[in-house]
Amino acid sequence: MDKKQYTRVGETLWQEKLENGLTVFVNPRPGFQKKFAFFATNYGGMDMRFSLNGAWQDTPAGVAHFLEHKMFDTEDGNALQDLATNGASPNAFTSSALTGYHFECTEKFEENLKILLSFVSVPWFTQESVDKEQGIIGQEIQMIEDDPEWQVFMHLLSGLYAHHPIRVSVAGSRESISHITADTLYACHKAFYNPSNMVLCVSGDVDPQRVCDIAREILPAQGNPPIQRDYGPEESPAAAQAMQEMVMEVSTPIFQLGFKADPAPNGQERLRRQLIGTLAMEVLCGSSSPLYAKLYREGLINQKFACGYEAYPGCAFLYAGGESRDPQAVRQALLDEAARLGREGVDAPLFQRLKKAAYGNMVRGLNSLEMVCIEQAQGYFAGVDYLDFPAVFDTVHKAQVEEALRSWCTETRTTLAVVRPQENA
Amino acid sequence: MAQVTRTELFPGVRLTSVHTNTFKSCVLGAQFLSPLAPETAAANALVPSVLRRGTEEHPDMESLSAALDELYGGSIQPVIRTRGETQCVGFLGSFLDDAFTLDGSAVLEPAAALLGELLLRPRTQDGVFCSDYTASERSNLVDNIRAQVNDKRSYAIKRLKEEMCAGEPFAVDRLGDEAHAAALTPQNLWERYQALLRTAPMELYYCGTAAPVRVEAALRAALKDLPAGERQAVPSQPTAHTAPAAPKEVEEALDVTQGKLSMGFTVGGRVWDSHFPALMLANAVYGGTTTSKLFLNVREKLSLCYYASSMLDKFKGVMLVASGVEFDKVEEARAEILAQLEACKAGQIEDWELEGARRSVVSALRSTGDSQSRLEDFWLGQMVAGLTEDLEALASRVEAVTREEVVVAFSAMTLDTVYFLKGKEA
Repeated sequence: MDKKQYTRVGETLWQEKLENGLTVFVNPRPGFQKKFAFFATNYGGMDMRFSLNGAWQDTPAGVAHFLEHKMFDTEDGNALQDLATNGASPNAFTSSALTGYHFECTEKFEENLKILLSFVSVPWFTQESVDKEQGIIGQEIQMIEDDPEWQVFMHLLSGLYAHHPIRVSVAGSRESISHITADTLYACHKAFYNPSNMVLCVSGDVDPQRVCDIAREILPAQGNPPIQRDYGPEESPAAAQAMQEMVMEVSTPIFQLGFKADPAPNGQERLRRQLIGTLAMEVLCGSSSPLYAKLYREGLINQKFACGYEAYPGCAFLYAGGESRDPQAVRQALLDEAARLGREGVDAPLFQRLKKAAYGNMVRGLNSLEMVCIEQAQGYFAGVDYLDFPAVFDTVHKAQVEEALRSWCTETRTTLAVVRPQENA
Repeated sequence: MAQVTRTELFPGVRLTSVHTNTFKSCVLGAQFLSPLAPETAAANALVPSVLRRGTEEHPDMESLSAALDELYGGSIQPVIRTRGETQCVGFLGSFLDDAFTLDGSAVLEPAAALLGELLLRPRTQDGVFCSDYTASERSNLVDNIRAQVNDKRSYAIKRLKEEMCAGEPFAVDRLGDEAHAAALTPQNLWERYQALLRTAPMELYYCGTAAPVRVEAALRAALKDLPAGERQAVPSQPTAHTAPAAPKEVEEALDVTQGKLSMGFTVGGRVWDSHFPALMLANAVYGGTTTSKLFLNVREKLSLCYYASSMLDKFKGVMLVASGVEFDKVEEARAEILAQLEACKAGQIEDWELEGARRSVVSALRSTGDSQSRLEDFWLGQMVAGLTEDLEALASRVEAVTREEVVVAFSAMTLDTVYFLKGKEA
C-alpha cells in the first residue's frame, strides 16, 4: 500500500487500488476506541439516466435511495441485524451524488467489515420484498414532505435549476417509486455497484493491510469499466425561477436564498472552489460579517441563519437561509451587500481572519472519523485529495472571493424559496 | 488513555479536566446548575444568549466573532440542557488545539479569558442588560419555543412529557414557556443573572492536550472576579413519579400527513439504583437499537411504523416510546408496541436479542470517549447526578448483567400516558 503523510494536519493515509478497480483508503487513528468504515458507490439521486451495455436507460426518481434500503436484505436475513448483533452501529445514506454504507464499532471490526463488503456487493431482492419496501419508503417520503426545512431546500433547488437532476428529490415521490421493480434494482446495482465505481474508506486504530486483504477476499476479482451518465444539457447561468413559495404549518416564515454558481471542474480545483465559495458566503453574510450583525440587530435573522456552498457534478450553488419575518428584505440586503463588496472590495483584515477561522474549522472537523471518511470518499469521486486542504488554502486569495461575489451573487442568478405560515394561524 | 481530574476552583465551582492527545481541538465549558422550575426556566435559558451578545471589551457580535475568528474559528455557544429536574445553562466552547495553529501560538489561555469575559463582564446599560440585546434575544427565545411544533417528532415527545409529568419540574421544557419568556425585561433578567452568579453551583469542563494544572490556572485567572456567594447545591434526584391506575390518554390534531404516537412508561429505577445497568439493557432490547423488538417487529416485520424506538430518562426513571404511524394504523401500532413489552416481561427474549443489545450499549459507552461533545455531555450528567463512575466502569457493569436481571427490570414497567398527534379533519 502507498502511505501519504499530511504533516500539517497530523494525519496519515494508506491507499491502494485493487485489481478489480476498487480504491481503498485507511486513515489510522491510534487512541480511538471506535473504528469507522464507509463503503460508497458513485451513484446518487441525480444518476437517473445512464448507459448500460451500450443503451441509454431512464430510471424513475428514487432508485438509488430505494436500492440503499433494499441492499441490507441478504439471502439469510438482514445485514443490519448481523452488524447490530455484533455491537456495530450500521447505517446508510443516499445523497444526490453518492450512496454510502457505513458502520462504526468498537469490537469485531474485521468481521463487521466482511459483512459490510458482502451485503453491499451481493444483491438479493424479491418482488415481494420490493413491494413491502414501497410502503416503508412511501411513509419516509411522507415524513420528509412534512418537514418544512426539507421543503424549502427542495423549492430552492427546483427554483435555481431548470432541468439538472439536482432539483429532483433523492427519495423520489410516492408516484415515481411505484414504478420500481426488482428488475430495476438489479439493473442499477449491476451498473453502479461495481468496484471501479466504488471506494472504501476506513478510519480508526486498524491495520491498513488487513483492510485490503479483506476487500480482496470478499469482493469480486473483476470489475467493469466506469459507467457513463447524463445530467442533461448545460444549465443557463440564470436561475430558472426568481421566487418559490409554499404554505405549511410553521410559526415563522423559513427561507433559503440561493445563488447559482458556475459548475466546478473535477480535481483539486473543486476543493479550491469550495473554499472560495465558502469564504465568499462568510464574507457576505457569515456570522462574523458586518451584514450578519446588521440583519441580526434588525431582527431579520436569528441564530438559525446559516450559509454555505455546495457542488455536485454539473452544478454548484451558494445558499443562505433560516427563519425571517421578511425573507424579501434579507434577499435584497444580501444582493446589495454582494454588489458593494464586488465594487469596493473585501476588507483585508476581515478576509484574513475569516480564512484563519475556516482553516481552524476544517482541522477541527478531522476529529470526526465519519467526516474524514465521507469527505475522503466524496473527494475521491471528484478527483480531490481532501486532507491536502492546507496547501489549497495557501492558494486562495481575496481577489478570487471578490470575483465570485461579483459574478455569482447577482439578481438574475438568485432564487428565493419561502415556506410561509397559514394566514389565519 | 484519557485522564480525568476533578478539582474545586472556588466554593461550589468545580472543574472536570480530561487530559487526552486524541483530538485536534479542545473543549471548554461552563454551566450554571439550577433547579428546573417554570418561574425561572425561561430566564435561565435567556441569560447565556444575552451574555453572548456583547461584553465590556467586545461590545457587539461583530467584535466577539472577530475575537473567535482570531482564535482559529473557535466557537463559544450558549447551551441550555436539562438533566432530570436540573437545568444547566452556560457556554460550551470548541477551539483548535495549540498543536495545529499556524504560528504555534497558544489558544487555551485566550479562549478561557474570553469565556470568563462572557460570563462575568457583559455589556450593560443603566446597570442592567442592554435593552436591545434583551429584546432581540427574548424574541428569539419566544420564536424557538413556538418553533418546537415544527419538528413533529420531538414535539410529540415534548408533549408526552408535559402530559405525563404535569405539575412536576420534569414537565418544564428546557427553554421554559412562552408566557414567562415574553415577560422578561432587562431588569428582571439581570436579577436572575445575579442570582446565578452568586448562588448557582458551576460546573467547568475541559478536554484536550493541556495538563490539568495549566487548565486550572487558565480558568482561575479567567474567573477570578466571580462573586463569592453561598452556592446552594441543586437537588440531584428528581421528584418521584408513579403511574396512574389507568393510563392517561391525550390526542391532539395538527396539520400533518403522518401521525405520531408517543407512549410514556414508569420503569421503577434510576441512574442511582444498583440495577440501572439492567434497565439500560432492557431499554436497548425493547426499543433502543436496530436489533430491538420495536425496530424489528413493529417497524420492519409488520410495517406499522416508519420509526419506533424507546429511550430511557435515567434521572427521572421513565421510558418514552416514539413512533410515526399512519392515522388508520394507530390502534394496531399501539397494541403491538404493548404486546412487545408483554413479551419482554414474559422473558421472551432471544439470546441474540439480549447480546445484540448488550454489544450496542457497551459499544456506545466505550465510543463516547471518541467524541469530545458526547464526553462532555456524559460528565455533565454524572456531575449533576453526583456520580463519579466513568464510562469503562459502567460498561463493565453492563457486561455483567444477567438475563434474569433484565426480565426483572422489565417487570416494573408500567404504561403511564399515551399521546397521539393526529391530522386535522379534511
